[in-house]
Amino acid sequence: MDEPSAAEHRPGDAPAHVIATRGLTKRFAGGQLAVDGLDLTVPAGSVFGFLGPNGSGKTTTIRMLMGLIEPTAGTARVLGRPMPRAARTVLPQVGALIEGPALYGFLSGRDNLLRYDAADPTADPRTRRVRAAAALDRVGLTAAAGKKARAYSLGMKQRLGLAAALLRPRRLLVLDEPTNGLDPQGMREIRALIRELAADGTTVFLSSHLLDEIEHVCTHAAVMAQGRLVTQGAVADLAAGARGRLAVTTPDAAEAARVLKEQGVGDVTADGDRVTGEPPARDLAEVNAALVAAGVRVRGFTLERASLEDAFVALTGEGFDVAG
Amino acid sequence: MSRAEAAAESAEEAGAAADTAEAVAAPAARRPGPLWTFGLLRSEIATTVRRWRTLALLGVLAAVPVLIGIAVRIETRGGSTAGGRHGEGPAFITQITNNGLFLVFTALAATLPFFLPMAVGVVAGDAIAGEAGTGTLRYLLVAPAGRTRLLLTKYATVMAFCVLATLVVAVSALAVGALLFPLGDLTTISGTRIGFADGLGRALLIALVVAASLVGVAALGLFVSTLTDSGIAAMAGTVGLLIAVQICDQIPQLHALQPYFFPHYWLSFADLMRDPVYWDDLQKNLGLQGLYAAVFGSAAWARFTAKDISA
Repeated sequence: MDEPSAAEHRPGDAPAHVIATRGLTKRFAGGQLAVDGLDLTVPAGSVFGFLGPNGSGKTTTIRMLMGLIEPTAGTARVLGRPMPRAARTVLPQVGALIEGPALYGFLSGRDNLLRYDAADPTADPRTRRVRAAAALDRVGLTAAAGKKARAYSLGMKQRLGLAAALLRPRRLLVLDEPTNGLDPQGMREIRALIRELAADGTTVFLSSHLLDEIEHVCTHAAVMAQGRLVTQGAVADLAAGARGRLAVTTPDAAEAARVLKEQGVGDVTADGDRVTGEPPARDLAEVNAALVAAGVRVRGFTLERASLEDAFVALTGEGFDVAG
Repeated sequence: MSRAEAAAESAEEAGAAADTAEAVAAPAARRPGPLWTFGLLRSEIATTVRRWRTLALLGVLAAVPVLIGIAVRIETRGGSTAGGRHGEGPAFITQITNNGLFLVFTALAATLPFFLPMAVGVVAGDAIAGEAGTGTLRYLLVAPAGRTRLLLTKYATVMAFCVLATLVVAVSALAVGALLFPLGDLTTISGTRIGFADGLGRALLIALVVAASLVGVAALGLFVSTLTDSGIAAMAGTVGLLIAVQICDQIPQLHALQPYFFPHYWLSFADLMRDPVYWDDLQKNLGLQGLYAAVFGSAAWARFTAKDISA
């Protein structure tokens, strides 16, 4: 490089942050503020969960990252380059599934892929058929490749959309609600595929409104609500922010609640044969011993790990509802 | 992000602004080959032609010469001349019984005012808006097709359809004309006789001029197509505009504006059947089509490259 670069990585090297936005804002013509001052950082090699209720600005953010929508203010860098200015060099390395699949119903699944691949000027036409076949195989659509896309079920369309994102080796996959419309078996397959891709070193940016999906698949997550970023970080750190609860299953609920309070368990609530509370600082084995000594018939004694949902509720102080 | 990282980020931003970094493409992205880019045009034409709607339009266009041919044949069975008592009906219709080649000219004259531009308006109107409506536009753009490249490809495809649609009418008319009527030497409008081969050449030239006459409405349709995310709305808008302009072209009070209406010189293609050819109106027609293509092509480009794709 003959140009002095203050950056720690040179252009062309893998950037530390695959996606980095600063003050990214979108106000639509109607005056509605869809995304408000977003500072998003997606580390390279992560499976990044982008979480938020419907209408919280996830898809608008993704559209800005992909150069489909011009931001009102702020900047977005994808693979270390500014979007939408560098779209021509960035997007061939990005596979995207945005707001569900969109297909030509009168074309077969295979021909849909060939058409999308033809739209990429950097895709080699000589390997087009081979790559399309490989992508179809990867999402389990080989048998239905010759069928008209019109006849596909929602799950098959979703798979074909994923196949389009996998037509070439990508450095970043942006998947907006990829398991929408899939049955539980299909969801498991797609999640396994995402893990497989991530193991190959592809960074996956996964938007979802399903908390357990993020918890199952992602290493990092960001939470959006009403156009603003509520939090971002490693999933383990986010979940650790909310404390787990001690749960005791017993037919002697009243007695158990009394003993637990004595042992320093806070916020004890009894519900049928289940008593829960915030665990005390002391060794839980002693708590259990005290219950048994008091003649409580303990059938279950567990520490329930805090879920991302607990973290989300703790962060936003609200349920996971559609933003108005 | 730490403060130091943020500083590095903004410094790099300034460095990248020099655009030297831009030239160094990331290793995975290869330089597009010069011919690779035509892959999109091939795909676009194939996709357009495989649409059921396109095939239906071409079918209607192919049927028009058949209807005219049969009607003329039935009407002239008793030895009377076609076109009625006062020479009404499309140009050249009275000549068909003498020479089937005239069915080509008649069919083009009959379809040019409405059927042909309607077909072109439907295809052009659907070009961008239809893809936006089904959502396929966003996937083409993140492929990335490139907005200017996609728009140029769409326009090239619509122009290819103009040629295709005109040839469908001409070939169908030639086939029907050869089947129902005699072929041979023909008489030009100026009264001179030219050979059949020369006549065929003029028919081809006329077909190309007719196709070129549709370039203006194609650009107009493409522009309308960038304004909406509904294919149906864009098609209806384009065809509606076509009808409105055709009506305005008939109102004597708008005499001063009429030379600027795109259909105004359409029927000048008949001048190619004069001997020698009378070029004035033909040139005006082609110039006007070029003007429409430039104005509405630019408008479509300005609109499409700045548009938020939210469908």
